[in-house]
Amino acid sequence: MMSLLDDFFVRAMVAGIGVACFAGPVGCFIVWRRLAYFGETIAHSSLLGVAMAIILDLNLVIGIFASASVVVTVLFFLDRRGGLPTDTILGLLAHGGLALGLVVLAFLPGMRLNIQTLLFGDILAVTRLDLLQVWLGGSVALGVLCWLWQSLLVSTMSEDLASVESLNPQRTKFLFGILVAAIIAVAIKIVGVLLIVALLVIPAATARRFSSTPEIMAASATVVGVLSVIAGLFGSLQFDTPSGPSIVVAAIVLFVVSRVVSSLLNIRK
Amino acid sequence: MNTNNTQVLIAADNIGVRMSERWIFRYVNVSVEVGQLVCIIGGNGAGKSTCVKTLLGLIPMTEGKVKKQDPLTIGYVPQKLAITPILPLTLNRLLTLGRHRPTREEIEHVLFVVGLEKLGNPSVTTLSGGEFQRLMLARAILRKPQLLVLDEPLQGVDIANTDILNDLILTIRDEIRCGVLIVSHDIERVFQDADDVLVLVPHEHDHANTDNPVWNRSA
Repeated sequence: MMSLLDDFFVRAMVAGIGVACFAGPVGCFIVWRRLAYFGETIAHSSLLGVAMAIILDLNLVIGIFASASVVVTVLFFLDRRGGLPTDTILGLLAHGGLALGLVVLAFLPGMRLNIQTLLFGDILAVTRLDLLQVWLGGSVALGVLCWLWQSLLVSTMSEDLASVESLNPQRTKFLFGILVAAIIAVAIKIVGVLLIVALLVIPAATARRFSSTPEIMAASATVVGVLSVIAGLFGSLQFDTPSGPSIVVAAIVLFVVSRVVSSLLNIRK
Repeated sequence: MNTNNTQVLIAADNIGVRMSERWIFRYVNVSVEVGQLVCIIGGNGAGKSTCVKTLLGLIPMTEGKVKKQDPLTIGYVPQKLAITPILPLTLNRLLTLGRHRPTREEIEHVLFVVGLEKLGNPSVTTLSGGEFQRLMLARAILRKPQLLVLDEPLQGVDIANTDILNDLILTIRDEIRCGVLIVSHDIERVFQDADDVLVLVPHEHDHANTDNPVWNRSA
């Protein structure tokens, strides 16, 4: 059983738990503000960031964060101008970024093999530097989230109300976008481009049933996310399944179980 | 008690908003003083909400000027606010939402004023339309506003409750000595106690001075 505690596995666990801790509260705002597709857009277009990072020989996380921030900024201004519906703009940027990233990557020799890693993550190859990036980046993002908390909540209720109460909803909206970009940048190595939004949305959706205030929901989503990472990684080791998808499957199982259990409890009441 | 009775909180001077080549409203002059209750009324599409949002600085005006007392604390209850059910909020948590931190006593007092003191602390999704309006009103007055702005506060409230809400707004005005600006589409039930009424009618053509669509009357 010592093999369970092999270094790579411990590193995977620590990285995964870190991502889950930071994804929990951010994910709550993603569902409250209906930003799931916005999250997908950042994640998909981050492939362009990967390509840029490789070409410019930059750190991957920094490359993704930089390109994601550009996408957030473009989105923010296009959305304010109001010509096209938001989801159309998101569709343009998400798939434009993804396709462009894939095309650029195809030109780079030896990259073809790694595309699957980018799409689904490679949590078992996490290095010490990755750990540092996850925990450092995540902590900064969480600090910013705490600072924005009240403004985000009021503007989730009504942007006009937040504006009248001098809570600066436009600045909050933009900074929250950058924060999502940061979370996605540090989490891509762990769960990959295609599954990162699952780690934001599913634990939050599971947590809703057990929460009476936004703060309780954020904390519960973190707990659910951490449990999903632990269950998913052990499952992945046990059944020799890919780690990222295993974590997401564990999160889905938790969601379904929590729904069934809470419905049964409601019927008994 | 209050020596500044003629203190103007907000005053609009000939404001107008044009969107996509169409004037939503034009030539609006309205002001609210401390202790005054001013109503903006008009039918659908007359630009009432746009007008009040312009006064609040939420929509840029095309012409005219708005002067505000500086600083001015505004308590605002937007029109038809719907809270997404996936956001868990209880009655008490909604009152403490935002930067303002009311004390326990202030919350209890304000709940008593709006008549929600017996509800306990339910989830806001279980409240009726009228209860939710009163809760939003309670949240607005917790900020101790100098100006209270209510956009269609009687919408979705039945007739029996309309009278209660009317009286409530007057009570609040007298208790915290604020100016009140109310938007209503219900011309029949316009506040008898209003100090000033602004009637907006849909602005169809731009005939400059010959067709002034807005008139004021002093009560």
